[in-house]
Amino acid sequence: MTAVAAEHITKRYGATTALDDAGVSLRSGETHALVGRNGAGKSTLVSILTGLQRADSGRVTFDGEPAPPLADRDAWRQRVACVYQKSTIIPTLTVGENLFLNRQQSRRGLIDWHGLRRRAGEVLGRYGVAIDPGMVAGDLTVEQTQLVEIARALSFGAKFIILDEPTARLDAAAIERLFERMRDLRAAGVTFLFISHHLQEVYEVCQRVTVFRDAKHVLTAGVDDLPHDELVRAMTGDAPVTAAAARSSAGDGPVVLDVRGLTLADRFDDVSLEVRAGEMVGLIGSGSSGKNALAQTIAGLLKADAGTVTIAGTTPKPGSVPAALDAGLGYLPQDRHTEGLVPLLSVAENATMTIGKRLGPAGIALPARRREAAVAMIEEYDIRTSGPEQPVNGLSGGNAQKVVLARALASDPKALVLVSPTAGVDVRSKQSLLTAVVRAAAGGTGVLIVSDELDDVRDCDRVLVMFHGRVVHHAGKGWDDATLIGAVEGVREEKGFAE
Amino acid sequence: MTGTPTLATAKAEPRPHPRLRLARFRDLALVPAILVLVLVGALIDPVFLTRDNLVNVLQQQTELSLLVLAESVILIAGKFDLSLESTIGLAPALALGLVIPTASHGLGTNWPTALAIPICLLTGAVIGAFNGLLILRFKLSAFIVTLGMLIVLRGLQIGLTGGQNLFDIPPSVLYLGNATWLGLPASIWICAVLFAAGILALGFLRAGRAVYAIGGNVDAARAAGIRTDRVVWLVLVVGSLLAALAGLLMTGRFGSVAAAQGQGMIFTVFAAAVIGGVSLDGGKGTLFGALCGVLVIGLINNILTLGGVSAQWIQAIYGGIILAALVLARLTSGKAQD
Repeated sequence: MTAVAAEHITKRYGATTALDDAGVSLRSGETHALVGRNGAGKSTLVSILTGLQRADSGRVTFDGEPAPPLADRDAWRQRVACVYQKSTIIPTLTVGENLFLNRQQSRRGLIDWHGLRRRAGEVLGRYGVAIDPGMVAGDLTVEQTQLVEIARALSFGAKFIILDEPTARLDAAAIERLFERMRDLRAAGVTFLFISHHLQEVYEVCQRVTVFRDAKHVLTAGVDDLPHDELVRAMTGDAPVTAAAARSSAGDGPVVLDVRGLTLADRFDDVSLEVRAGEMVGLIGSGSSGKNALAQTIAGLLKADAGTVTIAGTTPKPGSVPAALDAGLGYLPQDRHTEGLVPLLSVAENATMTIGKRLGPAGIALPARRREAAVAMIEEYDIRTSGPEQPVNGLSGGNAQKVVLARALASDPKALVLVSPTAGVDVRSKQSLLTAVVRAAAGGTGVLIVSDELDDVRDCDRVLVMFHGRVVHHAGKGWDDATLIGAVEGVREEKGFAE
Repeated sequence: MTGTPTLATAKAEPRPHPRLRLARFRDLALVPAILVLVLVGALIDPVFLTRDNLVNVLQQQTELSLLVLAESVILIAGKFDLSLESTIGLAPALALGLVIPTASHGLGTNWPTALAIPICLLTGAVIGAFNGLLILRFKLSAFIVTLGMLIVLRGLQIGLTGGQNLFDIPPSVLYLGNATWLGLPASIWICAVLFAAGILALGFLRAGRAVYAIGGNVDAARAAGIRTDRVVWLVLVVGSLLAALAGLLMTGRFGSVAAAQGQGMIFTVFAAAVIGGVSLDGGKGTLFGALCGVLVIGLINNILTLGGVSAQWIQAIYGGIILAALVLARLTSGKAQD
């Protein structure tokens, strides 16, 4: 019996099509996975299934009956509940009050706190959640918060629950406990739509899986009939081919970036890697893999609990950005808006921020020298700007990123760490950015590219994959997409397990 | 329904019982401080414990306490209102200007004096509604909007009254500020009733709990079906209305409306609210705590005066004690102040 169906759903936001005649159909009592890369249309489908948005065309049915009107929130809540990535628990209120928010029962006009606590205890007890309803929700762990959300969802009477990447912020033991709960609830007749970036989890807890790609439905199949590599292929489609820039791969230069046993609690654990002069190394992983925290630790933005970072033979003071820069590190931060650029300052000021010493003696920055340096950078990196005086917030994403890259390279770093260098950048700028990086490597800089885009690391000599805080896979030149994505998504491979 | 899902396999999470029990007493955190202040006051000057002095302390804090009541609810909802200190002056000034003769610096309209109190309260409500319009409809920062309004409203009062104090107040307007009911000034009764009503509403009405939910996480509140904008708007209107009422009480107590009535009060209002445990980030705090904050500040003020601290130094000492009280409140609550 079909519990929930979304058929022929099309949804457009302006020029972009978020869902194109896509859909999903869930049998009563099954746990159904929905997978796809970023931008495949998963979140749009969730907001349509939960009644937060209206589809342009197509229909949604619950137990064969058409979905209630959008305005009838209560009717939606009785049919479907969603546990979002972002918590909808109010941290300053008690667990009990969160469970019955805006539906507290009153006696003679006043809220009956005693009854509320008792009923909250009943709800929690019914779903086996051992949490005191009198606790302040802000004191709960991530796992407990999630359980309270699930219990609240069930207490509305919904028998269909959407879990949107529930495991992203949980540790392995908590994930296992969550799965146990899901299995028990399924046995009691609850239908789940499970969204995850970790394919291993799909195989562990789901019966069927639906794959979306580029706003379209690709396939729905039982997980037993769908081997890992076929699932990965369905998610990625045909990989785009980019010609690797001509560069003789280096491998025997001195080690310029040496990371040994680096550990930061809850982020990454015992990571070691080395990059030689002139070498390009890729480091990929999903959002929760800890790769960004690793890059931030190398750059001195975070301080490791254990382990060392050595840059060109010197070990900078841990947790100090200036020390890392002095040691010869170039760093391109993940988010150019928050960590990379000062939006109101000019291109010239932003680009020369790291080379202040060369602009004049005794802390003085001579405007003429700054301008000269900036003009040279604008030419070298092909930055499209009206001139060095233009504020950077007037630049396009790609050109703004070139300014950040120019700055990272301005100090002639021995080692260069780039985090998601092409995020939000158009195709042409992408190419010129990566070309500039290859040029830097050819000039003897050791490059570490940290990204979740395979296209960013195509020029690399080696690619490492991180998963749940550890480097789990090493790939040499000639790696294939499917294997890497498999490793990124947590499909365990026997071969290639490293360190 | 196919039966109730049960999870026998659930792992028991540790229950931090002791902390929970402590949290309940957080409301009473200032009570020892108040007792200490009373003790200190009694030691400094025997006059302190006389009935007249204590009633005096309470009456002097009535206007402040109403502003703190208003500000606390607004802060709990996650907003700000700095303009309360100007509303407390403008609302009665405008109302009186419309009813008193030109000779007493009235506006010359000479409306019936019975209209003074309704106009005063209405002015407060309109100011709150306008603040709400700017903050909620135009999505402006509450801090900046109400800072601007603070200046505009004060300017309006000075413009309308020509910078003069208003005298010759009709007895009906003076009544609330200087009447005595059952042996205590009426203003103390009014404050007590309003605080009791506020505590009841925030603790036991769905709308009151909605205020906490909005301040704690506005998206989650919206997702739970709370009409967040409507509630915040109502809170802002009630807040300004309370400020206007405080203006009436103050007018009655002093028998005039000074051009600077309420000026500089907002700092004390925030100090009292924060000492009383109300979070500037929203979602946290109780009105009982805020009331204790008002009492602490009132007692400090009284003790300094009785102690004969010289007028030139009283401000510095007063500010220092407020800072010390904040540090103490921070230490006793054991959590970072926010």
